Amino acid sequence: MTWESLDTWWWPYLFIIIAGWLATDIWRWLGVLIGNRLADDAPLLIWVRAVATALVAAVIAKLILYPSGALQDFPLALRIGAAIFGFGLFLATGRKPWIGILSAVATLFLGRLLL
Amino acid sequence: MTTASERAGAYWFLQGMRGIFSLPALILITSFVGFTGFASEAGLLLEHAVFMTGIVWALPAMVLLISSILANASLPAAFLTVTLSSIRLLPMVAALIPEIRGRKTSIWVLLFASHFIAVTAWVFTMERIRSVPVDQRLRFFLGFALTLTTTVTAVVAAVFVFVEKLPPIVAGTLFFLTPIYFLTSIWASARDRIAHYAMIAGLLGAPLFHLIAPDFDILYTGIVAGTLAFAFDRLVGRRRKPAADAEETGQGTGAAADEGRDR
Repeated sequence: MTWESLDTWWWPYLFIIIAGWLATDIWRWLGVLIGNRLADDAPLLIWVRAVATALVAAVIAKLILYPSGALQDFPLALRIGAAIFGFGLFLATGRKPWIGILSAVATLFLGRLLL
Repeated sequence: MTTASERAGAYWFLQGMRGIFSLPALILITSFVGFTGFASEAGLLLEHAVFMTGIVWALPAMVLLISSILANASLPAAFLTVTLSSIRLLPMVAALIPEIRGRKTSIWVLLFASHFIAVTAWVFTMERIRSVPVDQRLRFFLGFALTLTTTVTAVVAAVFVFVEKLPPIVAGTLFFLTPIYFLTSIWASARDRIAHYAMIAGLLGAPLFHLIAPDFDILYTGIVAGTLAFAFDRLVGRRRKPAADAEETGQGTGAAADEGRDR
């Protein structure tokens, strides 16, 4: 039962509903059931928030270190270097996200152009 | 005839909608242009990409779903891959729900609203929700989240036929926007030191766990790094407590000033 198993118009939609929608929304629904029982200042909520932040940090690291698609063709050192440079400038200039984003993206683009 | 409370509700929904012109929304839209390129390259049809965007609404999950399709994975295997990567949505939603619910919001409304929670809406809402009156927070969130999902889905449909011609260097740069945006905006909007600890531990932990357990690296990193950050903060906090109260107060004002500057 793969994406190309059935040659009907509805199969891809069913595939997306099961492997995409259900696969993600069951966690959201569970999150509602758990989050709705937590008080705003519960230590458990602080821990949950720390785990959520670390999870997103892991996604960030993976998108930079092991990207999919066109970013794969950029050298690893350039990807890491551009991210560190952008983040450093962001910290040094009063934590304005757009400064970090712009400088990191510009570094990556120019670096790829020159290499 | 409209009552004052209805007018207030409409006002805050609109305030949320205005978030479509914010930096987070702009970056997400740009990231989705990159995603559309990936989907088109993978051979998906326009209608599949649009449907997927609206109904899955989690960029990493969508990238993994398309990767599974490309690898000719079976439906159960694709489901497993996507669902394991999406466990992160649980703590994200669980952390956001207490922020957006009103005093008597029904669970069904929250279940509906939860579909629109993904990283961008999470960061955007966490950053701004404290300045919204408690009973208007859900309206503010829905105003932003519904507008964002609708706009992004429309953008995927609109750019699908053009993105095939994107040069690889532009497509790659677009893909780079998402991680760097998450990195800076989450750091800037952090409420407490724990968020910074968790961020650093998560960034360092990811490559480590990728070596140990590549299929579960995000989940393991989240639990281990998040718990370490939590424990570290408790430890530092406890050590600080016996010290003079003045120090604690100084710390508090410093953090408050930080937050003020970031908003």
